[in-house]
Amino acid sequence: MTTTSETGTPEAFQPADNGAGKAASYAAASEWRLMWYKFSRHRLAVICGIIVLLLYVVAAFVEFVAPYDPEAQNPASAYQAPTRIHFVDADGQFHLRPFVYGTSSQRNLDTFELEFVEDTSARHHLSLFVQGDDYRLWGLFPSNLHLFGVEDADARVYLLGADRQGRDLLSRIIHGTRLSMSIGLAGVVMSFFIGIVVGGVSGYFGGTIDIVTQRIIEFVRSMPTIPLWLGLAAALPSNWSVMQVYFAITVILSLIGWTGLAQVVRGRALALREEDFIMAARLCGTSRTRIIFKHMVPSFMSHIIAALTLAVPEMIIAETALSFLGLGLRYPAISWGVLLQEAQNLRSVALAPWLLAPGAMVVIAVLALNFLGDGLRDAADPYRR
Amino acid sequence: MTDQAMPADMLLDVRDLRTGFALREGYVRAVDGASFHVRRGETIGVVGESGCGKSITARTILRIAGTSDDSLAGKVIFRRSSGEVTDLLELPHSGREIRRIRGAEIAMIFQEPMTAFSPVHTIGNQIIEAIRLHQSISKEEARTAAVDMLRRVEMSSAEKRIDAYPHQLSGGMRQRAMIAMALVCRPQLLLADEPTTALDVTTQAQILGLIRQLKDDLGMSVMMITHDLGVVAETAQTVAVMYLGKVVEMADVKSLFRDPKHPYTRALLASIPKLGRRAGEPLHPVKGMVPSPFNRPIGCPFHTRCPSAMPGICEKSMPGKTTVAGGHTVSCFLFGEGDKAEEQSA
Amino acid sequence: MAGYVLQRLLLVIPTVFVISIITFVIIQLPPGDFLTSYIATLESGGQVVDQAQIDALRAQYGLGEPVYVQYWKWVVGVLSGDFGHSFQWKRPVVDLIGERMALTIALSVASLLLVWAISLPIGIYSAVRQYSPGDYFFTFISFVGLGVPNFLFALVLMWWAYSQFGMSVGGLFSPQYADAPWSLAKVLDFLSHLWIPAAVLAIGGIAGLIRIMRANLLDELPKLYVTTARAKGMGETSLVLKYPVRVALNPFVSTIGWTLPGLVSGSIIVSVVLNLPTTGPMLLTALQSQDMYLAGAILLMLSILTVIGTLISDVLLAWLDPRIRFN
Ligand SMILES: Nc1ncnc2c1ncn2[C@@H]1O[C@H](COP(=O)(O)OP(=O)(O)OP(=O)(O)O)[C@@H](O)[C@H]1O
Ligand SMILES: [Mg+2]
Repeated sequence: MTTTSETGTPEAFQPADNGAGKAASYAAASEWRLMWYKFSRHRLAVICGIIVLLLYVVAAFVEFVAPYDPEAQNPASAYQAPTRIHFVDADGQFHLRPFVYGTSSQRNLDTFELEFVEDTSARHHLSLFVQGDDYRLWGLFPSNLHLFGVEDADARVYLLGADRQGRDLLSRIIHGTRLSMSIGLAGVVMSFFIGIVVGGVSGYFGGTIDIVTQRIIEFVRSMPTIPLWLGLAAALPSNWSVMQVYFAITVILSLIGWTGLAQVVRGRALALREEDFIMAARLCGTSRTRIIFKHMVPSFMSHIIAALTLAVPEMIIAETALSFLGLGLRYPAISWGVLLQEAQNLRSVALAPWLLAPGAMVVIAVLALNFLGDGLRDAADPYRR
Repeated sequence: MTDQAMPADMLLDVRDLRTGFALREGYVRAVDGASFHVRRGETIGVVGESGCGKSITARTILRIAGTSDDSLAGKVIFRRSSGEVTDLLELPHSGREIRRIRGAEIAMIFQEPMTAFSPVHTIGNQIIEAIRLHQSISKEEARTAAVDMLRRVEMSSAEKRIDAYPHQLSGGMRQRAMIAMALVCRPQLLLADEPTTALDVTTQAQILGLIRQLKDDLGMSVMMITHDLGVVAETAQTVAVMYLGKVVEMADVKSLFRDPKHPYTRALLASIPKLGRRAGEPLHPVKGMVPSPFNRPIGCPFHTRCPSAMPGICEKSMPGKTTVAGGHTVSCFLFGEGDKAEEQSA
Repeated sequence: MAGYVLQRLLLVIPTVFVISIITFVIIQLPPGDFLTSYIATLESGGQVVDQAQIDALRAQYGLGEPVYVQYWKWVVGVLSGDFGHSFQWKRPVVDLIGERMALTIALSVASLLLVWAISLPIGIYSAVRQYSPGDYFFTFISFVGLGVPNFLFALVLMWWAYSQFGMSVGGLFSPQYADAPWSLAKVLDFLSHLWIPAAVLAIGGIAGLIRIMRANLLDELPKLYVTTARAKGMGETSLVLKYPVRVALNPFVSTIGWTLPGLVSGSIIVSVVLNLPTTGPMLLTALQSQDMYLAGAILLMLSILTVIGTLISDVLLAWLDPRIRFN
């Protein structure tokens, strides 16, 4: 085409009058900037990126963000519906600050179900930074400050309703964020290590090694994953601690999930193998491992980041599925999958549909990560299209 | 109907054809006022730099360029085999009428024989389909006709090759099959879009010879698109030189090579290596870059690169078509502002 | 072609061999051998343990012998149709999984057909009418379908049907047919139940294949052979269907290699949620109670099922694509 003179990369071709080193970093920076520019034009991906970021911030500070202790039981509030937030009180008066009414419960002696009535005598305003249940942030720093809640400790606000033991579902979902979101990351990091070793070696050396590893990857991919996951997860000793199970599950997820990443790495490595700077490094006598880690790894960073982002939701879904079936994380661990176990009973879900809310969180997280990954993948190829 | 009148020996008359693509980056004027005509039984060579709109012109004649109907302007007047004269631009682009013409009266062959056939169908399948689209005959008869045609394009063991898949044939073979498919319905006009560019020199000569011979046998006209003036000299009787979507000069081969008028044609002729050129003697490529398709110069499109551009004239307006000798026309202010008739119709 | 098929068939043998090893490793993973836990279950149930029977079992499965001997005995058993004994059900594994395996296959195949029947036309539509409102609509839907795990769909569907109509959409048979012997009426009843789980299971695959078909076809549509066909005077619809769709079908068919494992995988959890009499729930309980011969048999069969599926897709692909067939 004839448009090169207009749309070529202007920065990269400017005369390097500040010395070669500076010019090189300038060119590199402009490539990252190009990617950022392309990514930021993908509006949905940016929004989803913000959602993902928020989820991880919440995961980091669950104790503070959650209004209550996730284990605090309250039999009188079993299956209590989400508390309604009011702006207008019973007398029809408008209040700028949102408030809730206290709720009292009574067992209906015919149906044996709890029935809840709003007690409109006292308003409880929602406020930020209230003192509530004690906790230790990251198990270290004692505090009782919560992001929001009501001042009066007796009036509890259940924004997403309560479960069978009257625990605040919102607080439990927020606490579940930590395990669910982090296990995806941990699993992907571990898969990535396997993938980068296998894929990098395969793509770098090529030939027979490549063919053999390709066969292995194809083989692993043709196995039905969930039965294998189930089989491995079922073999975990039942007396393991939450931490042990967490790591074991991470390992199991990545044992099967590494193939996709390995293929991405291999593809990139194959493409890079032919590039001049590898040859230049080789001529200079640089060792092979050094070539792989010093030159090849950084240059396909952008593609890898996109592939990683797209792999996280798969892991999240897998963890949710395993825990949902009772073979993954288990009590006292809290993850979205563990919470969804309560939704297995059709009658409880019919009575308290909000028990499906952890599922909605899974969907939000997965969709956000997918769209973010899509945007990143497009941006990783700034010259395409 | 008066404006559609054509001399009896005229097959196709393209008048001031314009079309383009609306892209996100802007509007590309792919063809920007091209005029030329094709006589019966004659081969016209269309030459020009890459991107000047040769392919789009040919495809627009068949209405398969993929441009929107709104972007079309001008006339493409074609004399059908029934004798009826039609403006092809007025037919709906996927209607029955134009589809009857495609393949049957005007056929086209393409630059890349590698990708012009579907990779998952045999060439026989694709040729037989071409026949049966326009003639209601049985599959067996169509197959016989296809084998006949393959023989005519000098495909060895045609009965066997007809069941071959494209990947089993060499590039030259594929181009022969392509020509067979195009000619199997005996069209009046063959649009050959750089039919030999992708082939090696020997094969190239064979294919050109083949086209020339079939043209004579079948009595058809050929529009030979190429950027290779050698091909033009070898095959064409008339030449149209295109620059940025316009035909800037049209003449019979001899006058054009002997007495090129337009500065662009002259530059083009100076850029080809000649036999007997002394080693080390420099070639003279056309100077400067082709302007961006989004941002075409006002006035004569060539004035930005023209060695004899006249400031104050060439960048103001587009010169009209001036007849310098019988059948030799050029659009350049050096030779006049255009014929009277042209000015009136413009 | 025949040579290619033979070559692919031969490749199945090492694949199945490796699968059997992996399965056996999983069977062996739980601490202690299963006989110990069997005895423990019997004793805790207050039953008398017959030492002679225990010794017979021990010899039969080669327990106490080196691992490879145990593996050998297991494989030989499997090859002769003996998958071992389920200690939980106190029945031979073969009797337990036969019908459930058939139902699992029926469910997976039904979803696969559904996936293709729906994603193919939508994918073609989306590509041919790129950026039309319909294309945007299906693109959005397929992104959601990809993002939502199908067991969540199953959960929501169960809840919705229960709370709206007070009925359960689970199961594959009406109550009166559940334990009845097979008859025409039962088959019809089965088919009338099959489509709901098949549809739930298919959602993810449909979403994925719409994206793939659309992308493949968008790659093909601008290609020169399409223009050639147009230049011949072909009508637009028949042209699109005969050429680019046909070419785009090849990568589409090759996706069966991962669609089928995905469906088999997904069917396990969906079956648990929808309470289907397939291998899924049985595998789950077998794993939970460490009924390892049963679990191992199901794992092995499911894996082999996907190997066969991949084999079929490869052969289909070779049949569709002359470039593969002649190589
Ligand atoms: N599908 C398309 N979309 C947008 N622009 C196009 C498209 N096809 C062609 N063009 C533009 O139209 C102009 C003319 O293209 P055309 O293919 O006719 O050139 P050409 O003379 O045949 O060149 P070549 O010798 O390279 O084949 C070019 O500027 C090209 O960039
Ligand atoms: Mg061209």
